[in-house]
Amino acid sequence: MDSSTRKRVKMAAALVDEEEELSPDEENEISASEDEEGSDDDRKHTKLLEAISSLGGKRRRMQAERSEASVQVSEFSVNAEGAGEKIQLSDLLGSMEKTPGTANTTKKQLRNLQNSKGTLELPLSRQQTEKIQRGVAYERSSKEVSRWESVIKQNQKAEQIIFPLKQESAGPKRVEQVVAGWKAQTPLEQQIFSLLRSNNQPVTDPVLTPVEEASIKAMSLEEAKIRRAELQKARVLQSYYEAKARREKKIKSKKYHKVQKKAKHKNFLKQFDEMMKTDPAAALEELKKMELSRMEERMSLKHQNSSKWAKTKAIMAKYDDSARKAMQQQLELNKELTQKLVVPSDDDDEGKDDEEEASALPDFVNDPESASGAMNPWMRGRLTAEGHEVTTDPHTMSTEEPARSQEEVEEEEEDEEEQLLVHFETKRKLRQDEEDDLVPVTQEEEEDADGEKTARDGQEEEEEEEEEQEVVSEFNTLFNRLMKNSRTSMEPPPPPGKPARTEEVELEQEEEALLDEGLVRARTMEDLEGLVHDGIAEESVASVPHAASVDAASEPHSRRKKEIDPREVLTKDANVIKVPLAPTLLEGEEEEGSSAQMSIIKEAFAGDDVISDFLKDKKKQEEAGQPKVVDLTLPGWGEWGGVGLKPSRYKRRKFRLKPHPAALRKDQKLPAVIISEKRNSSVALHQVSQLPFPFQNSSQFEVCMRSPVGQTWNTQNSVKKLTAPKVVTRLGSIIEPLRKEDFQPEEKSAEALKKRPQIVLEEKRGKGGRAGGGARRAQRQQQQQKKKKQKTD
Amino acid sequence: MKVKVLCRNPDDYVRETSKDIQRVPRNYDPTLHPFEVPREYTRALNATKLDRIFAKPFVASLDGHRDGINCIAKHTKSLATVLSGACDGQVKIWNLSKRECLRTIQAHEGFVRGMCSRFCGTSFFTVGDDKTIKQWNMEAPGYGVREEPLTTILGKAVYTGIDHHQTEGTFATCGQTVDIWDEQRSSPIRSFSWGVDSFSCVRYNPVETELLASCASDRSIILYDMRESAPLKKVVMQLRSNTLCWNPMEAYNFTCANEDYNLYTYDMRRLDTPVTVHMDHVSAVLDVDYSPTGREFVSASFDKTVRIFPKNSGHSREVYHTKRMQHVICVRWSMDNKYILSGSDEMNIRIWKANASEKLGVLTSREKATIHYNQKLKEKFQHHPQVKRIARHRHLPRDIYKQKREQREMKEARRRKEQNVRKHSKPGSVPLVTEKEKHVVTVVE
Repeated sequence: MDSSTRKRVKMAAALVDEEEELSPDEENEISASEDEEGSDDDRKHTKLLEAISSLGGKRRRMQAERSEASVQVSEFSVNAEGAGEKIQLSDLLGSMEKTPGTANTTKKQLRNLQNSKGTLELPLSRQQTEKIQRGVAYERSSKEVSRWESVIKQNQKAEQIIFPLKQESAGPKRVEQVVAGWKAQTPLEQQIFSLLRSNNQPVTDPVLTPVEEASIKAMSLEEAKIRRAELQKARVLQSYYEAKARREKKIKSKKYHKVQKKAKHKNFLKQFDEMMKTDPAAALEELKKMELSRMEERMSLKHQNSSKWAKTKAIMAKYDDSARKAMQQQLELNKELTQKLVVPSDDDDEGKDDEEEASALPDFVNDPESASGAMNPWMRGRLTAEGHEVTTDPHTMSTEEPARSQEEVEEEEEDEEEQLLVHFETKRKLRQDEEDDLVPVTQEEEEDADGEKTARDGQEEEEEEEEEQEVVSEFNTLFNRLMKNSRTSMEPPPPPGKPARTEEVELEQEEEALLDEGLVRARTMEDLEGLVHDGIAEESVASVPHAASVDAASEPHSRRKKEIDPREVLTKDANVIKVPLAPTLLEGEEEEGSSAQMSIIKEAFAGDDVISDFLKDKKKQEEAGQPKVVDLTLPGWGEWGGVGLKPSRYKRRKFRLKPHPAALRKDQKLPAVIISEKRNSSVALHQVSQLPFPFQNSSQFEVCMRSPVGQTWNTQNSVKKLTAPKVVTRLGSIIEPLRKEDFQPEEKSAEALKKRPQIVLEEKRGKGGRAGGGARRAQRQQQQQKKKKQKTD
Repeated sequence: MKVKVLCRNPDDYVRETSKDIQRVPRNYDPTLHPFEVPREYTRALNATKLDRIFAKPFVASLDGHRDGINCIAKHTKSLATVLSGACDGQVKIWNLSKRECLRTIQAHEGFVRGMCSRFCGTSFFTVGDDKTIKQWNMEAPGYGVREEPLTTILGKAVYTGIDHHQTEGTFATCGQTVDIWDEQRSSPIRSFSWGVDSFSCVRYNPVETELLASCASDRSIILYDMRESAPLKKVVMQLRSNTLCWNPMEAYNFTCANEDYNLYTYDMRRLDTPVTVHMDHVSAVLDVDYSPTGREFVSASFDKTVRIFPKNSGHSREVYHTKRMQHVICVRWSMDNKYILSGSDEMNIRIWKANASEKLGVLTSREKATIHYNQKLKEKFQHHPQVKRIARHRHLPRDIYKQKREQREMKEARRRKEQNVRKHSKPGSVPLVTEKEKHVVTVVE
């Protein structure tokens, strides 16, 4: 027995899985049967032994021999003769070839196996195979789960999400749907129902047949909505176009139409040029059209000599130089035109013809009233380069503008409400912006008062008005300051880095707990107020160190309350807020009233010297604001100390810390203003000190804060939209988890959307006449859909 | 002096009926409303205060059990029905709207370990310490008829948890192995084990209904697919997870309640780090359940509190506790997203509002509008210190408060130490480990 055959046997063993788990008994059996050929020798051997023993005279007792086949064979009975032997593959194959049922292919394979000499690798261990299986299964299931991602993202991003996600249809239901356990029991009932079922009829009359149901199901509510919206849009667009066309038709101005035509022509030319590049076939067609129109022109001679303008010019040419010049210009232009007329794709000889013709033509070919318009290559040539045209250009522009404005007016009428809303919004923004810019504005005004005039006319008035408002609205400025503070305190937002990094940042952000948990129970309004004041204390303590830095850019907010002579201070008239209400009282007495009030005010402030008080006050504040010298000299250190002795000058110089000069006061150049740059703690309480998390910069935050939500400032509809909650649940309804059937087949729904119109039409037809045909078709479609579904699944 | 007489059309200001609201003509021109932001701020502040004043989340307590509540199950089709199993083997069926017990069954000897109702709501399953799985009819038996289970399956080992498939007649139990059962058969159709001797919880994924997850006693969470013959993956954490819950609106996210006082939300596709670590409890978290909207979840803890977490926030938005509530063992969020049920050691089931200051019952449209407006205002001004301060204030019992402070200190100390170690060792030798990465030991494939 050579080693190669042994190897082959091994291979065969590896091939068959079960061989691995062969029980020892079976192996033994095999080996026992294998030893059959050696059993002859055995017998001889025992006979010999017997003979030898009989020689000895004494008869030994025979040992009982087991003759029946047993499952377990003792290892001692196995002789060592064929111990190393194993079955050869050829032994097995020999029997295989004799059996009739085996296929040729398997024989071939086995023969190949016999010939091949390489060893197969050992099968993987159970642990490893399991690991691989697990890995594959995990991959599969995670891929499966990932299909939900789009749905989940969509739900997360949704402005509003209404639970339960799948609303039940409100239509009528079949009896079988409502009563689950009901059965037709009496024979009559059974007969009736079997009849109905066999004809595919609904069981009760308001209920739909399965076909109808399918057709209804085929168009889900959302799809129907989308489709309706599209249709609506198309209809609206159409009506717009119609209305526009009608309007334009109504306009009597010839100039307007002329301009329109020219514009069209220009557009056309542009398009044509592009077309030459992109779509030569279409361009050729256009050229043919032009050719046709040129031919028509030449046949009709519509623009030769016939126009009024040409005639008048011809008459005037005798007397008027300018007219002659104009005609000459025309001539030159004409020549140019004829040259330009050569179209690249036209034949050369034709071009020559054209030239000849052109030279033969009279001067006034190019009259401005030519009608054939866009299609006429003559017109095209002239439009591109004509002096006359240029002279009329500004004029046309001016005519165009009113026309346009007219249109605009009409459009405005159409969506007046939107305009109004937009207008409000812009106004609001404008106002806020200007309030932001309050400080520079006041400064500039001061400069104006000094005499330096800047080029601001209309704007200034507005700003003055704003200032007046600002005096009134302390609270508003307070908020503005808040914005400013947040803006100044914030460093520029970090650039968007790696997602992991941002996540970390997020985590850090989230480190802050959502709750302040404490031992205090807050049950009443007073308790809550108390909470606020606790907060105040903490806040104020916390905010002291960085208050100065934050306040560097803050606005004036605490104006000193002082008695002021209105005449001396209020040099300008107050701008009254214009309220669009009719005045209830007619003028007449008003002046009297105002003068009376002035006199009253004068009386009230009779004894006060307000201005000097104010100036003193300002000086005091300025002094208080100056940084002070810190003296750190310790008398007696390094020299003699005592009564009457002063530290040396050197020492004083060394240990006196001179502070940096203070920054210039904002109100330095404003004699009538005190700008305090201290942080007001009572206001700081209400301010946001840090830019909150989701916002990228302060302007975003400001915008978010600026627009009010309430009913007082918005129309009902917009309030409804603004305050719509993110999650809506219906009272007393069970919210089921997401279901595969409702969400997974996205492709299917898209397909259904494409098909939709067909189905609807067919349904209608079915209802009108032959119900059967439509129904059959619908059924077919349903089947198709089912098939598709299966495929997608 | 000429006087212009006011003249108005009554149509502009007279109500159609006396129940109509008064008409208030308004001019929305912003120039006429210079104080809009401050006024809204005041409103927001008031709304926040009122919100806190009306925050009375406790609705009712259901008493009747004679031992601690070990598990609660929701009825799949009826909002008003809830099942509870106690440590003495008793199962009670409650009617929430009447707040009374409808039925009491002595289901098992020893603990009722797990409970779940069938997807159709006609029957429910219980597993207990007596190594049996029992299926019970949801309907009470007729007068004079003995309470008997529909089917009983006697197992070889104790079952510790059970969950039913969303749409099919199969259920999963866990004990020494995770078994998948067909309702018609008395032996499991599949049984998973992966070198672990016991499991504490098994849950079906409600969206991808063939997936399962289980918590094992070797600190691991194992994922399964019912169709496969082997488990999918395993993540080993630093401490054991007690229970887990899949997000009903996000097929791949689940949250587990861990012994280390935290909850972890995982994406099953990326098990190496949790998506979010939810901290705030001061003792082991015993149970967790998602709201049916999938936006929030509620957790029950050994520290005698129930907390509500937004699904992607690291901290809780609400904490519920009462003097008499002991260790909370199980908690469920009702299917209409309105209530939370908590079962605790001291034999009571408590009903809480999911939104503490919500007004119960049907609301008029105006009430709704006001609530929405107030909500929006609170949201808009949430960053302002005053509003924030009031909205965040919660009362905590002294014990928990102290524990919390203690733990904060400990955490701070640990952080400081780590920082110091990093400072005094070779740069790069002590790597920065984020909070998320800290708690996962390995992922086994």
